[in-house]
Amino acid sequence: MHPTSRGFSRRDALKLAGAAGVAGLVTAYPGRISFAATDQTLDLAIERTRITIDGHTSRGIAIGGSIPAPTLRWREGQEVVIHVTNRLNEPTSIHWHGLLLQGVMDGAPGFNGFAPIHPGETYTYHFKLRQAGTYWYHSHSAGQEQEGMYGAIVIEPAERDPVRADQDYVMLLSDHTTESPDAVLRKLKVSEGYYNNNKRTLVDFFRDAQRDGLGATVTDRLDWAEMRMDATDLADVTGYQFLVNGKGPRDNWTALYKPGERVRLRIINGSAMTIFDVRIPGLAMTVVAADGQNVAPVKVDEFRMGVGETYDVVVIPQGDKPFTVFAEPIDRTGFARATLAVRDGLEGAIPERRPRAVLTMADMGMAHGGMAHGGMDHGAMAGMDHGAMAGMNHGAMPGMDHSSMAGMDHGSMPGMNNPGGMGSKDQATGWADAGTPPGAKALSYADLKSLTKAKDLREPAHEIEVRLTGMMSRYIWTLNGRKFDEGDPIRVAYGDRVRIRFVNETMMAHPMHLHGMFMELENGQKDRLPRKHVVLVPPGKTMSVQLTADEPGEWPFHCHLLYHMASGMMTRFIVERRTASL
Amino acid sequence: MRLIRMSLHKAMFLAGALSLALSAGSARAAEAPDAQQFHEEPPLLATLLVDQFEHRWRDGENSVDWELEGWVGGDTNKFWFSSRGSKPVKGAVEEAEFQFLYSRMVSEFWDIQAGVRHDVRPQPQTTYAVAGFKGVAPYYFDVTAQAFLSEDANVSARFEVEYDVLITQKLVIQPLAEISVSAQRVRELHLGRGINDIELGLRLRYEVVKEFAPYVGVTWERKLGETADIARQHGEDPSDLAFVAGVRFWF
Repeated sequence: MHPTSRGFSRRDALKLAGAAGVAGLVTAYPGRISFAATDQTLDLAIERTRITIDGHTSRGIAIGGSIPAPTLRWREGQEVVIHVTNRLNEPTSIHWHGLLLQGVMDGAPGFNGFAPIHPGETYTYHFKLRQAGTYWYHSHSAGQEQEGMYGAIVIEPAERDPVRADQDYVMLLSDHTTESPDAVLRKLKVSEGYYNNNKRTLVDFFRDAQRDGLGATVTDRLDWAEMRMDATDLADVTGYQFLVNGKGPRDNWTALYKPGERVRLRIINGSAMTIFDVRIPGLAMTVVAADGQNVAPVKVDEFRMGVGETYDVVVIPQGDKPFTVFAEPIDRTGFARATLAVRDGLEGAIPERRPRAVLTMADMGMAHGGMAHGGMDHGAMAGMDHGAMAGMNHGAMPGMDHSSMAGMDHGSMPGMNNPGGMGSKDQATGWADAGTPPGAKALSYADLKSLTKAKDLREPAHEIEVRLTGMMSRYIWTLNGRKFDEGDPIRVAYGDRVRIRFVNETMMAHPMHLHGMFMELENGQKDRLPRKHVVLVPPGKTMSVQLTADEPGEWPFHCHLLYHMASGMMTRFIVERRTASL
Repeated sequence: MRLIRMSLHKAMFLAGALSLALSAGSARAAEAPDAQQFHEEPPLLATLLVDQFEHRWRDGENSVDWELEGWVGGDTNKFWFSSRGSKPVKGAVEEAEFQFLYSRMVSEFWDIQAGVRHDVRPQPQTTYAVAGFKGVAPYYFDVTAQAFLSEDANVSARFEVEYDVLITQKLVIQPLAEISVSAQRVRELHLGRGINDIELGLRLRYEVVKEFAPYVGVTWERKLGETADIARQHGEDPSDLAFVAGVRFWF
């Protein structure tokens, strides 16, 4: 490990080392653990920096000298020690996203006794790696993650890796804005829809009316307006540059291969706010791991990726033609791009951009009748679906022709629509419509099957309902109708098996992240439910997970959309040790 | 830009202190200390919208008119202020109203508001107690409804509704309507009993950026009933049609 940081001199490092006591020196750790057993020690400084993307330079925050932060390559079973020094003038933290560890080491200020790292301070993280796979680390303070505080973690398994690969690359996707996170949050709060530049207009109305008839169009618009909601609200924030490993589309981050090699891509969505649709035109991907956990290989052409999720895929590029890795945000306001090539400097074609989806009543949970809403009858709903589908035609995507329209209508994203994987495989509409062409396979949550059997097959003893709620127009996001500082924590007894049922009552997708433990997604895979640290709950849908509460502590449980979390969409998930009987 | 920010910050703190003083039982004070640890600083926000700042051309004397509003606070509790007024191009300010309100969220789309209104002009200067609500009605109508009780115990009310129609992402047409009523005659202010006046406006703005939009439009005010009679007695035309051009901006 050599995260040599710019602006962090060797002398500083030595001073630091002297102060903190590094590997070899058996120094009493605050608490009890000595460093004698340490296998890996590293120093990471957090400091303001500048990042240049596609030739434009803007402000950022670096961990270990770069954006993204250095990739941490470790091995399962190792003890690692990381000295994190805060060189900012504000408190900071690092959270190890997806790692199983002792609560205080999780790095979320205000939880498990972890206090923020104040300016000038060094905090020493120390934990044993109890797992293998692809994870990531990022700030859990204010909006710092948005500013560049994110990096990849790759943990080699202690035993033989079931995934064979000749090349192994991390592709960390992120979104970068030149605005400060505080400014973004302020705009979201004071001006509803500030960042939406694809609202429906009068021009759209006339175009739709011409195609779908005046009646249907009027009905559609009235139904949305009655609810004071916006069918084009797919992403809250725009103005982003979309990055792969800190590089913009023109920078063109490139991974090299020799034809016929098995290339493992560890794709991490380290965005603040962006849900991506990822594909490599001309190259099938075999998904081998989700959220760091191995899954039975599943061959796909594309997948949708919530914030915080990771997918490992294996590709076998043939020939010397370059391949474009293409990741489009669901609101289609740009794209991230990288290239797989036999040598540097090659560029693959930029594929045709997909149209943006338009939300339907189903995305509001209307189709399930789960949300009582006065004045909504079936007739109106039919009209609405129709109108919304039609709306896709003009999704601000020039160069869209009718043939690709057809593809959209019949696009198959089974399971996305119905993420529980149970029930009918409807064609994708509304939010779930990624524009997948006919015949192409998009990954669905239902496809994910853990490679190993679950250890705990008990039926959950009880169910916890977590309603995903919010007031879009005020930019207040909540769980069970309560902001973080207002709501009651969730309490679970240590060792209990519980089910969490997410009921998304909003019209946005929420990547729900639980610290400290994996959630086993109930997707119909019986004793091989995939283990996830983030579950992307589509708008208006219900999903459930099971887990064994075997990690005592007070864990953050939140939507991983940065500004949703900052607006209150978070709670405490407390795993309580049973008190000894008196 | 920097300067604006700095002064905005100062204003925020001043007004924030005021708003806290106004709302003794503010939710902010009740937050758990560990929650604060995570959020570091729950954001205290401030914004100012100059909705109308315009030149009015009419048959009689042209004028410069304004209407602005802003707030400081958090999600639930806000200190709200607004001002509107009119000044003939040549001459002194004829109308100038200021409101300082405590505003509290009662549902996703509605705030209830209470506070004071002070009219510097017309003279005699008048102070009112204000109670009302403000929000977004179904179909996206922006609604403000206020009742006033003057220092002389006169009761009046005002109801405003606005609507934004997006022609394109940047070109927005905004119709608005306003109606004022009075429960009694107020001779000093030339107000009759009943409906005093209605105002209809239509403004077409171009949002160069979301924060800044020049506009053109037309506005028509008509005094009604007794108030119209009083106007006529003073040799004034009860109806006022004006073409307007101005800028709308916010921070």
